[in-house]
Amino acid sequence: MSVVTNPVTMPATHPEAGKEDNYLTHSSGFLSWALTLDHKRIGMMYLVGVMSAFALGGVLALMIRLHLWTPNLEANQAWLLNKTYNQVFTLHGAVMVFLFIIPSIPAALGNFLLPIMLGTKDVAFPRLNLGSFYLWIAGAIFFLFSLFATGLDTGWTFYTPYSIESQGPVIAATLGVFILGFSSIFTGLNFIVTINTMRPPGMTWFRMPLFLWAVYSTSIIQVLATPVLGITMLLLAAEKLLGIGIFDSRLNGDPIAFQHFFWFYSHPAVYIMILPAMGIISELMSVHSHKGIFGYRMIAYSSVAIALFGFLVWGHHMFTSGMADVTTIVFSALTFTVSIPSAIKVFNWIGTMYQGTVSLNTPMVYALAFIFLFTIGGLTGLFLGALSTDMHLHATYFVIAHFHYVMMGGTLIAFLGGLFHWWPKMTGKMFNDFGGILSASIIFVGFNLTFLPQFVLGTRGMPRRYASYKPEFQLLHQLSTIGALMLGVGLLVALLVLLHSLFYGSKAPKNPWGGATLEWECSSPPPHDNFSSAPTVGDPYDFSKIEFDPKTGSYFKKK
Amino acid sequence: MSAPTADHTSDSHDHGHGHDGDFSHPMPIWMLLAVFFALLLLTVATVYQSTFSLGNLEVWMSLAIATVKAGLVIAFFMHLLWDKPLNAIIIFSSLIFVALFLGFTMMDAQGYRENLIMNPALLEDSQPAAVKVELSK
Amino acid sequence: MTTAVAPSPTDHEHDAHHEHPAWLAHHFDDAEQQFDAGKLGMWIFLVTEVLFFSGMFCAYALYRNRNPEVFEFCSTFLNEKLGAINTGVLLFSSLTMAWAVRASQLKQTKTLIGMLGATLGCAAIFLGVKAVEYSHKWGLGLFPGKYYVSQVEGAPHSTVPYLWYLCIPALILLVAFVLYYVYAFVSASKFHLRVAGPLVVAASCFFGGVKLGQVLEAEESHGDSHASAGADAHGHEHSDHAGHDHAKEVSAPSVNLLGEAEVVTHDVAVSPAETNTPESNVNQKGMAGLFFSIYYCMTGVHAFHILGGMAVITWLIVKSARFEFHSKYYGPVDNVGLYWHLVDFIWIYLFPLLYLIT
Ligand code: HEM
Ligand SMILES: [Cu+2]
Repeated sequence: MSVVTNPVTMPATHPEAGKEDNYLTHSSGFLSWALTLDHKRIGMMYLVGVMSAFALGGVLALMIRLHLWTPNLEANQAWLLNKTYNQVFTLHGAVMVFLFIIPSIPAALGNFLLPIMLGTKDVAFPRLNLGSFYLWIAGAIFFLFSLFATGLDTGWTFYTPYSIESQGPVIAATLGVFILGFSSIFTGLNFIVTINTMRPPGMTWFRMPLFLWAVYSTSIIQVLATPVLGITMLLLAAEKLLGIGIFDSRLNGDPIAFQHFFWFYSHPAVYIMILPAMGIISELMSVHSHKGIFGYRMIAYSSVAIALFGFLVWGHHMFTSGMADVTTIVFSALTFTVSIPSAIKVFNWIGTMYQGTVSLNTPMVYALAFIFLFTIGGLTGLFLGALSTDMHLHATYFVIAHFHYVMMGGTLIAFLGGLFHWWPKMTGKMFNDFGGILSASIIFVGFNLTFLPQFVLGTRGMPRRYASYKPEFQLLHQLSTIGALMLGVGLLVALLVLLHSLFYGSKAPKNPWGGATLEWECSSPPPHDNFSSAPTVGDPYDFSKIEFDPKTGSYFKKK
Repeated sequence: MSAPTADHTSDSHDHGHGHDGDFSHPMPIWMLLAVFFALLLLTVATVYQSTFSLGNLEVWMSLAIATVKAGLVIAFFMHLLWDKPLNAIIIFSSLIFVALFLGFTMMDAQGYRENLIMNPALLEDSQPAAVKVELSK
Repeated sequence: MTTAVAPSPTDHEHDAHHEHPAWLAHHFDDAEQQFDAGKLGMWIFLVTEVLFFSGMFCAYALYRNRNPEVFEFCSTFLNEKLGAINTGVLLFSSLTMAWAVRASQLKQTKTLIGMLGATLGCAAIFLGVKAVEYSHKWGLGLFPGKYYVSQVEGAPHSTVPYLWYLCIPALILLVAFVLYYVYAFVSASKFHLRVAGPLVVAASCFFGGVKLGQVLEAEESHGDSHASAGADAHGHEHSDHAGHDHAKEVSAPSVNLLGEAEVVTHDVAVSPAETNTPESNVNQKGMAGLFFSIYYCMTGVHAFHILGGMAVITWLIVKSARFEFHSKYYGPVDNVGLYWHLVDFIWIYLFPLLYLIT
């Protein structure tokens, strides 16, 4: 029990001892990591895993962009064969979505932070947690197989009927997705149970940090939506293996049903990606503005609202797929409702900064970038949700730009911001703030240079997933490619800053930013059991008692 | 070290039992048996029901009986009746999402189904290996 | 620890730090929290299961809505009796499972092991019957989707001993369990005997199920066959069935377990002429074939859930044989029970939706 109150019973802690016990030094050896049940270590392993996946996806992305430097009107003179190009963008999408972005924030940062923020020793089912991680590894192996067995060329959406005929390793990829789905489900299940049953005394629902509300809402989606993806992938694999025909029009099956099945998961899945990011931003905004969050309950409720409304709009991906007219209208109308809770959040974040004392350090710069980019991404979603404009914009670069603004400009940027924010807690090392801000600036500029031209390309009719294009598009494509290279540089800088801190960073204090949530009450890095002395559960956004102590370089909570 | 407060000592999981209270709730045997026989009876009923021609109504009839059976299983065998309300909410909410999924998809399919055209001629190999096994005679 | 409401401080510390019993995981405060967490987790898992199956129910609904005639035609190939028997078997296994939960709460270990064994046995019977159903259909060429073979009157059965194939894994398990039992007997280990007994019984139950299935399937072939039951519903399509010669079938009532190939002819009346009439264009890959795809997907995924359930019930038997369960620690039994009832729950819908279409 973490909230032990009797000081006499805590003989095992020597806060003054030179070498504090922390989760990194608690035990050593390969197996102490591979078989660990400690949520913090599992979170760190996920972190390494998802970042490697991101690197892989990133390389594939650069291949796409480099290929598009020229119009490639003569397929045989292009850098990549058309066939190869199809495989590259398919794997880029699939790796980024299933291996990186969906597990990124919940499984890596969430795993590390959730029990600490909640004030418990661990998640409810530590073994299941480790199991999720190994499912992720297994899924990754299937994906790597489809990478090296080359030929997966269906796009990350696996649309039938093409995926039925495709010669690529569709079965391996679908099974990979199936396995990753279960990894995601078990993480979500674990988090829901932890938050419901393991809140220590004093931690009421409305004393939970907003990050936890966000992760909780995400978990609801993971549990409700992912099983449908699981069965869809299984049916698709059966389609390939046994020719069952459920999605195959040659056999009187229904290919549009496949899209319904797929998007019933995959639209809610975009909220699996963005909700935890929004949670991070809520934390970052308030901590680095040193001011209580504006509209705590509205943000909390809007997370849950997004999770639930997210299930009502999947049809907006299928407006041009042959849906019935009535359904398109219904889905278009519903799509507009989901944007309301997102807008509430943006409004509240800005309200939080208003009259706050904003410290412009790395995490905050990332958070500001997020607000800017996410807003663009969200607003362009409305153009796509409107039936008439989507008829024109569907399957063009406009869609590509839209979802990169929300996924990369939103989730990835928030992930990086959160990573910098909690890095001192996770590793016990401070990073170079100038380097961090530099990385954020390069990424911000590079990102916009990459994707703003794509909005223009899309409205002018450049279709997505094409290996060649009309020469008149070349300038915009080249701008985009330059932006992508810049983005790559920015990400490398961020990586270097983090790596540098591991070796040369100064020791992180307990509470370097002045946060009021529980993770700042335990040492950096946290001890094996998270809290060596009892945390007092209070208002997570009450900054009135937080003061800076120049001697330790740390903030602390006044008694 | 924080000062001990009343907050820390109160048990957050109070269900009317004490801290070490017994939370198990054994079902009486007669109840288990009664439920089982009721389920058997309903099974017979649904089989019997299927011998009539009720036309369109029939699916709904058999679904209704199945739902009663499922209700019995959930309420008694899974002792949801005595369980925390949250668990009941959770499992029923799953049905709402199933309804949503089926509802929208079916509604849409009603609209576009005339456009679906079956074309088995496109199957390149219509005589698959699995049935090429010797059929004697 | 200052308030009076709380249990005495010493007690609390005691619980939380020193005498954390082995069955209570270190990160939980007390038995009830552990139980609640496990149970909530299981209910959420069941939610994912419901949604998982919903995909197939959706496929079913879409297709039935579009081609109701296919469902009428095809369900005549499904043996109502076998379905009903299996429903009964699963309901009974739910009863024994619920009883097992009760026994674990009351620490009646003998009853507990007995009830778990009975559940396992029922599961095995269910699979045995299912094996007969599947192999019978495969013999007729009733494969999913593009492998479907149009049914023609008098066409011969395939002689592939599908049932035999399906029995091999069960046979291997049976032998293994018997050997285990012998080992337990020789080493006179009470624990191993407690485990091995139910396993042997359960594995044998599979063959009981196979026998049961065969008998019922054979019965069906004479007398009023399912095909003629179908004939009531769609009059002319099967009207010549009455004249169909049953004598041939009586001689070889079912697929032979050992595959010693007598030729068995189809017991379903679809004359070649009929397959060409517009009403019977259901008898082809995109029609009946797709029905069987849905049938195999639904029942197959369900059967895999049964197998998974059997694995965890076996695990429970081992734990029970070590006397691990008592009124404060019976969560595993309870949660596996919930899972098992859900599998039953799904079958409760599958049975009328697949077998009872008229
Ligand atoms: C603010 C609310 C949002 C609205 C109204 C919205 C609307 C849409 C619409 C209508 C489309 C379909 C465009 C088409 O294919 O023609 C779309 C595509 C997409 N959106 Fe959003 N979106 C929103 C937020 C998000 C978020 C937060 C994410 C992810 C973090 C996201 C990720 C995607 C992706 C990945 C696609 C493309 C899928 C594909 O076809 O490959 N969207 N969005
Ligand atoms: Cu969407």
